[in-house]
Amino acid sequence: MPLLPSRPAAVLTVAALAVPALLPILSAAAAWAVPAGDVWQHQLQHVLPRVAGNTLLLLALVALTTALLGTALAWLVAAHEFPGRRFFAWALLLPLAVPGYVLAVVFAGALDFAGPLQSWLRAAVSPAVQLPPVRSLGGAAIVLSLCLYPYVYLLARVAFETAGARTLEAAQTLGLDRGAAFRRALLPLARPAVAAGVGLVCMETLSDFGVVAALNVDTFTTAIYRAWYGMFSLSAALQMAGVLALFALAAAWIERRFRGARGFAGARPSTELPRQRLTGFGGLAASAAAGAVLAVAFVLPMAQLLAWSVEHAATDLDARYWAFAGRSVALAASGALVIVVAALALGYALRLEHRRWLRALGRFATVGYAIPGTVLAVGLFVPVAALGGWLQERFDAALGAAAPQVFLQGTLLTMFVAYLARFLAVGSGAVESGLERIHRNLDEAAALLGARGMARLRRLHLPLLRGSLLAAAVLAFVDLMKELPITLMTRPFGFETLAVRVFEMAAEGEWERAALPSVLIVAAGILPVVLLARRVTHVA
Amino acid sequence: MSQALLPRVLASAAVAIATLHGGAAAADTLVVYSARNEQLIKPVFDAYTRETGVEIKFTTGDAAVLIERLAAEGRNSPADLLMTVDAGELWNAAQRDLLQPAKSKVLERNIPAHLRDPQHRWFGLSQRARTIVYSPARVDAARLSTYDALADAQWKKRLCLRTSKKVYNQSLVAMMIAAQGERRTEQAVRGWVANLATEVFANDTQLLEAIAAGQCDVGIVNTYYFGRIVKERPDFPVRIFWADQGKGGTHVNVSGAGVTRHSRNPAAATRFLEWLSAGKAQQHFAAVNLEYPANPAVPIDPLVASWGKFEASPVNVAEAGRLQPAAVRLMDRAGYR
Repeated sequence: MPLLPSRPAAVLTVAALAVPALLPILSAAAAWAVPAGDVWQHQLQHVLPRVAGNTLLLLALVALTTALLGTALAWLVAAHEFPGRRFFAWALLLPLAVPGYVLAVVFAGALDFAGPLQSWLRAAVSPAVQLPPVRSLGGAAIVLSLCLYPYVYLLARVAFETAGARTLEAAQTLGLDRGAAFRRALLPLARPAVAAGVGLVCMETLSDFGVVAALNVDTFTTAIYRAWYGMFSLSAALQMAGVLALFALAAAWIERRFRGARGFAGARPSTELPRQRLTGFGGLAASAAAGAVLAVAFVLPMAQLLAWSVEHAATDLDARYWAFAGRSVALAASGALVIVVAALALGYALRLEHRRWLRALGRFATVGYAIPGTVLAVGLFVPVAALGGWLQERFDAALGAAAPQVFLQGTLLTMFVAYLARFLAVGSGAVESGLERIHRNLDEAAALLGARGMARLRRLHLPLLRGSLLAAAVLAFVDLMKELPITLMTRPFGFETLAVRVFEMAAEGEWERAALPSVLIVAAGILPVVLLARRVTHVA
Repeated sequence: MSQALLPRVLASAAVAIATLHGGAAAADTLVVYSARNEQLIKPVFDAYTRETGVEIKFTTGDAAVLIERLAAEGRNSPADLLMTVDAGELWNAAQRDLLQPAKSKVLERNIPAHLRDPQHRWFGLSQRARTIVYSPARVDAARLSTYDALADAQWKKRLCLRTSKKVYNQSLVAMMIAAQGERRTEQAVRGWVANLATEVFANDTQLLEAIAAGQCDVGIVNTYYFGRIVKERPDFPVRIFWADQGKGGTHVNVSGAGVTRHSRNPAAATRFLEWLSAGKAQQHFAAVNLEYPANPAVPIDPLVASWGKFEASPVNVAEAGRLQPAAVRLMDRAGYR
């Protein structure tokens, strides 16, 4: 195989998109050149065995729970009619808008020994009553599952709704009943979507710091921060982050295998999936199940946040909040657009030019999602600042005192590059599973009819991908609304967003004052989530 | 939707390019990288601007991140001052040659020697005392004495601690190592772990609430967390006990600042530090978060003063930084999570 590919544009696209994520990985690799002394020996002896076990257990629990919960809810909503179905169809996405660290703090506050529930139980039932501790690995698994299952739910539902009807019809003409058709025909059809969703969940779990820190679970991520913040060894932290990235690549590879090699081609968006009417007890049970998930993951935590917000709104809520919210929304919206365009470019390039090494490079482009945000931010910041310094020297040498001052690192440009490094996976997960459902025969047919290149993309793929693109945009948008470490480090002076506001309040433990910006983050996320839910249904 | 967003992206890019030229610090502008949060510093910065006309630009973040940022930016850093909430971080920044000495008679006079860098690279601006708290209903204060003594068997299943991931505990243990060596400190920390009533907490506020709710009877916190609660709930059933009185003194840490190595305006930065170290500014800097002023001549907030006078450890707070990595390892070995 010649090294120079036949379609240089595709290769260039993938390579360019891999750069942002590769920079921090290279920083990590460079960190291996600097020995971190005996930090590793200490970590291996006292820290890593425990945190590795915790991390794997947490990963397994969250992956399993979100896969089951997300797929079950998607199937329930996509293929059944029950009281409140239309409401639940979009409302079940709402937990996406809640930052995980906020949910964790609310859970810890409400369910801990000193919290209202247990205090009430001790007073009303018996002083000896104790619930299982919420500040635990189990608690963290529950919180992470509750805020991450919508990834699986959303992608699985899109899969069921876009391609489910024909498959179901075909399976039923072959004599399968509805349950068997689901298991044997529809579930395999949705597998790439479920796998993509669980893949995102796993990466987000690997990189999570907020939830595990609030609930006191020591994972690989907390060990990274401990080496850096506690032992002043950024190189050890970067080295560990490099190991984490390897984990993520391995996970991505496993996910590919799990998706399997079958052509998942729902020929085209077909008729609506016929929904089975659940009546009587069945209908009530369905509503109750969906309602219970929504209540625990969203309604009750929001009620608590609102109660806290009201307490402090009188002193904290001022005109500046419009600016915070405006910046958050503008950043998240433009960031989401960048991510969706990049994800489409990546997915399309890989579709045109599917060589193994290019595909591997494509995987690198998305691995940033599994690296803890702060580590990624620093890993990216260091080379960018170095570039800034180099440019400055050139300018100074050429222009002397008239040279402009280069300040690349504290700009929105750097911020967007870092967003891309971190969140490309979110966009490309949705876009790729959408592309996979478009059969290649269609590409060839379109080519025969004269639609090639951009024309084919515009006239064939984009219309078929509308649901997936919208899903990618909204997922990226809500993720960006919640994003903190990159924004915090790369923002221009005085540039405050809602998430930065949460940080300011939370860093010194003023959680109740952090509720107000948290509520606004959620509120800003609700509208696009609703929009997404409606559009996905209509496109289908 | 996407068409409407495109202009915004272009606008963002334009802002980015404009910022390329906007980094230069004017003579009457100071740039602060602060790990002390916005709501605790902005009022003080604003007061300085009103008084002197010097504009203060700042960005906030975790100290470790700000320090990496300073290091990465090197000569091109726009920062004039680094401000943190922990002496260990300042020590680390000085160690990495990111701060420069500020020779100032005013600072030397206002800030006691043990609350500043012996080489003048940073200065404590407020003191944060970390001491024992207890439930007066279930604990006889006469049985309390030192941090070490919380390892006694009498506190079995009665002690609450915050996570050792928090720098405040790392500093406390580092200062214990400074005072009594690693062996005795490790014994004490192992004893703490054996006495824990429940898993460690993510923050001091949760810990205080746990004592109030009866989950445990004693704990160790920074006093301002206690202050925030009693300010709103004067009958909060937890009391402060000053640890190690007559035995080395209660552990104090500082929130402080230093002039950066590549500051373009070190004289103005030093003048700002001097202003912060005295008078109303010094009083406000501490009182806004119910901390203790670093300058002993400045009055303490009345609520804070109501907890009584105490003997503070005279060991230089720089030790908290020097011994922090050792403290973290010690806590790992002792199983203090």
